[in-house]
Amino acid sequence: MNKAGERLYNGLIKENPTFVLMLGMCPTLAVTGSAMNGLGMGLTTAAVLAMSNLIISLLRKIIPNRVRIPAFIVIIASFVTVVQLLLKAYLPSLNDALGMYIPLIVVNCIILGRAEAYAYSNPPIPALFDGIGMGLGFTFALTCIGAFREILGAGTVFGYDLLPAGYVPIKIFSAAPGAFLVLACLTAFQNYLKITRAQVGKEAQKLSSGCSEDCMNCKDTGCSKRFYDDSRKEEQ
Amino acid sequence: MNTVKDLLIILVASSLVSNVVLSQFLGLCPFLGVSKKIKTASGMGIAVIFVITLASAVAGAIYEFVLKPLHVEYLQTIVFILVIAALVQFVEMFLKKAMPALYQALGVYLPLITTNCAVLGVAIGNVQKEYDIVTGVVNGFATAVGFTIAIVILAGLREKMEYNDVPESFKGMPTVLLTACLMAIAFCGFSGLL
Repeated sequence: MNKAGERLYNGLIKENPTFVLMLGMCPTLAVTGSAMNGLGMGLTTAAVLAMSNLIISLLRKIIPNRVRIPAFIVIIASFVTVVQLLLKAYLPSLNDALGMYIPLIVVNCIILGRAEAYAYSNPPIPALFDGIGMGLGFTFALTCIGAFREILGAGTVFGYDLLPAGYVPIKIFSAAPGAFLVLACLTAFQNYLKITRAQVGKEAQKLSSGCSEDCMNCKDTGCSKRFYDDSRKEEQ
Repeated sequence: MNTVKDLLIILVASSLVSNVVLSQFLGLCPFLGVSKKIKTASGMGIAVIFVITLASAVAGAIYEFVLKPLHVEYLQTIVFILVIAALVQFVEMFLKKAMPALYQALGVYLPLITTNCAVLGVAIGNVQKEYDIVTGVVNGFATAVGFTIAIVILAGLREKMEYNDVPESFKGMPTVLLTACLMAIAFCGFSGLL
């Protein structure tokens, strides 16, 4: 079980998908207007991520290398559909709040990235815990950003009033521009850490190594990977 | 039935008022990643217009004529993502053979679009809002035009900002995100249009 614990730590802290790798920024920005939405979206993604990691890892010897990406996508899309139907049945209010961002979990690059980078080449139990760790890391990040935006934008956290009555909410933080503003500050803070770490000689390569920088050259994280990349190489 | 007026309202609403990138956060990766130069940004924009318009027509037709008669609407997510992936591949092969000039211009951007969440977002949005095929195509086209407007403006701003003196920590992505934030505030003004 040591391996499982290591995967959980890795996902939550060492390679936190949002704060460290900067993966899956679309849902991060879109649904973090309130802490509750952030938590809901995070847990939904975590469930899909854990299940798809487990199944992909179990099927890793059966799925041929050439069609692995379409196969991953079908598996991920199936779990997203299951989760979407469950939410519709048991948590309709959350389903309405998240709207079309639930089906869009399919194209979240964290899930495809983990399938490609970890689940496809590791046994099922570590892959499952890798999914849970990454998913919880994502949930933690979304809840933090959501709470931060909610407290500035509405003066509440999870709907509870926290600030004194005289506080005038800065509405822009819970609206669309606030998302960009918060993310700008977050990336600036990461850059600051990178610079100070480089000065003391510590390595900080993992920081924002996700897709946020350059879409054209982002091959490793699975975001812009060509669907049938191997057959293509043979053609050329 | 939809009148021309309804379609015009959708055209304005999807391209400006609820802009796909600046208020719905779809297609953020290419928006931030391919916006260094106006030339590449407009290339990406045109490729996105092309693919989203085509994809919303195909996805709309499949939903209407295959999923609905078979009562398997719940399969929409799986079917749409596969159709979009196959469509982009097909478009790429078709352009390579039939229109090499256009392929030269758009080829590099096409694989990036497969996992662009805006394409799937439009297809799913059309179904959720219960648009018919024509309305869906107009909505798709308008959304993609909105994407192009946003990415070209951002690229123009980035070209001008490249040599500005910004604090060390804010170099690169943070400045771009701050610019996007200001653009989002500006686009909020369009909500008065409707």
